Amino acid sequence: MHTYQTNQYEGMIAETVTMRGHNGDIINAYVARPLGAGPFPGMIVIHHAPGWDEWYRECTRRFAHHGLVAISPNLYFRDGHGTPEDVGAKVRAAGGAPDARVLGDLDGANAWLRSQPYLTRKVGIFGTCSGGRQAFLAGCKLKGLDAIIECWGGRVVMSKEELTPNQPAAPIDFTKDLSAPLLGLFGLEDKSPTPEQVDQHEAELKKHGKNFEFHRYAGAGHGFFYYDRAAYRQEQAVDGWKKVFAFLDKNLR
Amino acid sequence: MCTMIAHQVKIEGRGKSGPDWIEVREAYVSYDHPYDLPLEHALNIDFVNEAVGPSARVAVELSVDAARQLVKTIQAVLAQADERGVLEDRPLAAVSASCSVQS
Repeated sequence: MHTYQTNQYEGMIAETVTMRGHNGDIINAYVARPLGAGPFPGMIVIHHAPGWDEWYRECTRRFAHHGLVAISPNLYFRDGHGTPEDVGAKVRAAGGAPDARVLGDLDGANAWLRSQPYLTRKVGIFGTCSGGRQAFLAGCKLKGLDAIIECWGGRVVMSKEELTPNQPAAPIDFTKDLSAPLLGLFGLEDKSPTPEQVDQHEAELKKHGKNFEFHRYAGAGHGFFYYDRAAYRQEQAVDGWKKVFAFLDKNLR
Repeated sequence: MCTMIAHQVKIEGRGKSGPDWIEVREAYVSYDHPYDLPLEHALNIDFVNEAVGPSARVAVELSVDAARQLVKTIQAVLAQADERGVLEDRPLAAVSASCSVQS
């Protein structure tokens, strides 16, 4: 974890950019990076199901504060514009963003990062909630990722009845294709994923000999990083962030 | 969201959003993460007008018990109105056309 000293210069730029996503579509994204020539590792930040909201902007800046170039693509760009909540409600009603489109957008974010002059050759990906599921899926389906962080990814394990046109396959079925180290953070009181589903997820990773570490937190449910929600758990969140940055130091530096 | 349990239905009505009333044409009903209610999952209803855009939205988020009570209450009120013969069971479009002709 990068620890700033009080006599150190610090600067950051954060702004909205455009990038090419799935099918070459132009979408917008929020980018935050430290000032300076770098080079810095990259981070793709997948917003959660409730939307491309303020928490995710702060999360993107947090990665920049710790010395990474972070990009958070607006996965709901094609669903219209308004407050993140209103757009998120529309996507919620539609059964979530389609997996294929999300993967295309995440691949586009990776390409955007890798085209920047201040990037090292390493790029990680982070997501919570549906974004946790998508981070794991990206780790299995996309090339060019060096570290995967899945926070309480719901529906990595899916029954046949849960499959939909937007999410036509269970990510756990792609475990054998996972191409980078995985960090998983989960709350033992979560209902999606349940502790049993996390156990299944872990068993599948072990079966295929994957490089991963899972941390399960007692006293925490779903979304325990979200300081603006009742689900926030201070002690578990602080430890979880330490795990995130230690994992990135190990795999992206 | 994480459960992806969501249905959409065409409706006719009006909803109040801030100081103004808006026409609502669709209702989204989901059991998933709410935005404001401090629960992991809730019964969420969004009354929207897709033709206007995502901001044309009147939202409520209910606990499971509240949602069940609401459904029962709506059914009871409709049944009572039906028994008393005051149920105006016709499409809003027809009512608007009728008002237009009378004026």
